[in-house]
Amino acid sequence: MFKRLADAGTAVALTIDGKPVQARSGDTVAATLLVAGIGHCRTTPVTGAPRLPYCLMGVCFDCLVTIDGVGSRQACLVPVHEGMKVETQIGKREAGR
Amino acid sequence: MNAAELAPSYDLAVIGGGPAGLAAASVAARAGVSTVLFDENPGVGGQIYRGITSTPVTNRAILGEDYWAGEALADEAKASGTLIVNGATVWSLDPERVVGVSIAGKARLIEARRVIIATGSQERPFPIPGWTLPGVMTAGAAQTVLKAQGLLPDGRTVMAGTGPLMWLLAAQILRAGGKIAAILDTTPRRNLLRAAPHLADFMLSPYFAKGLALLREVKAKVPVRRVANVAAAGDGKLSEVVSDRGRMPADLLLLHQGVVPNINLALAVGAAHEWNERQLCFQPVLDEDFGSSVPGIAVAGDGAGIAGGTAAAERGRLAAIAAVRALKPDAQLPDPQSVRQRLQREEMGRAFLDWLNRPADSFRQPEGDTLVCRCEEVTAAQVRSTADLGCEGPNQMKAFLRCGMGPCQGRLCGLTVTELIATQRKTTPQAVGYYRLRPPVKPITLAELASLPISEAERKAVER
Repeated sequence: MFKRLADAGTAVALTIDGKPVQARSGDTVAATLLVAGIGHCRTTPVTGAPRLPYCLMGVCFDCLVTIDGVGSRQACLVPVHEGMKVETQIGKREAGR
Repeated sequence: MNAAELAPSYDLAVIGGGPAGLAAASVAARAGVSTVLFDENPGVGGQIYRGITSTPVTNRAILGEDYWAGEALADEAKASGTLIVNGATVWSLDPERVVGVSIAGKARLIEARRVIIATGSQERPFPIPGWTLPGVMTAGAAQTVLKAQGLLPDGRTVMAGTGPLMWLLAAQILRAGGKIAAILDTTPRRNLLRAAPHLADFMLSPYFAKGLALLREVKAKVPVRRVANVAAAGDGKLSEVVSDRGRMPADLLLLHQGVVPNINLALAVGAAHEWNERQLCFQPVLDEDFGSSVPGIAVAGDGAGIAGGTAAAERGRLAAIAAVRALKPDAQLPDPQSVRQRLQREEMGRAFLDWLNRPADSFRQPEGDTLVCRCEEVTAAQVRSTADLGCEGPNQMKAFLRCGMGPCQGRLCGLTVTELIATQRKTTPQAVGYYRLRPPVKPITLAELASLPISEAERKAVER
């Protein structure tokens, strides 16, 4: 869906659902997800519908992912860092998970 | 910086680092008032000047001179003595001007003698069938990743909507070597008649020549079709864009039908708002210095009403001048009269654009299975029939349908719900009102709340 104009910044290695992904410094997690071409970053709590980021400016809350163990973070507002663990969120949150 | 380094109070807190916030902070800091500017992004610039201090798109011809004008604002703010805090999410503000801010997972409550809310605008919701499918995004989203990360749409890209931002983005993508398969123009033909009385002013404004040049640049390379309806189709992701002009395959659909004030923080602090019938949105009720109905709290920039980036800077300056005058009457300040004159010149031409790009009712008030509330997946048919049942307003509707109760706090459904209720109940959006909002206006974890420093007295108050 998106490609890089040029390889700006430096390479940053992170994982998405355990799989290694190459990001660039200056990426937000959402930008990395879009370039990596993943199909969805979460599925909705109500019907389990797949979603990807919509607004990329912090108002739509469709880009919610778990980052380094903390859930429902807005991927479009979090800059990537080396070793970051990103996990897609499936359905609604369960207590104790 | 980390939250512990913040002082317990500042003279002026500016919330939002776009043109209004940057200009306001510069004026105040140079006048000798202790000023802090909070912005949730990694760098200042807001949306219009997103990435201005770090964009990898260094060929200035791509983003254009209007974008690069933001560089001066950012430099001025940096040199002014303002404490600029990036990565700072303001999650609450109360009428006593206590600002709840979160930096890198640590929260603090900061007192301010004056506050300027400069949280800007967001894109108007564009509720079409399939708008929640992966592969459907706002035009602003594509522009954001172009500016901030140098990303270009890949694959078959269609744009749909109305308004200057759509054309600007199209031009920027083309200049950067990207491709756009088609632009579906949803501007109602009838709008030209309503905009015509304002044409003279528009022709005198800088928008006119720029606008024509932009249209020519884009139309030379991209097929443009006028459409009366648009839908996104696909199984689990976008595969086709459907309109009254046919079906076309697509990997990315970029939607845009103008911008509206981002009102959540101002509403949460209790500022009075009113419906703007020309711009079809709610905006704060403000005095001539952009002071809201809450004493000591002003709203500057597009959050005060849509007028564009350059006007936002002038409004920020006026709000700051008023704030500084209240705090330090003998301070050195720019002459507000000349700022007002520049603001007036910037606002010329807006009336024409507002009427020309006014989205059609059908694109603001969907029907049937089209989702209105993306978070809670509530459809237009559900909202309309609940209004018919007797539900008079969006807050009551929350109890019926949960619409507006999801994480976006009504940012993507509020205007739609208000307009649908008004239409079904044959009344006005002003009468129907908007969601009642309370802090936190951005998510905050319990751990962050727990990290707020507490005094011995506060601790003793709840201990047995």
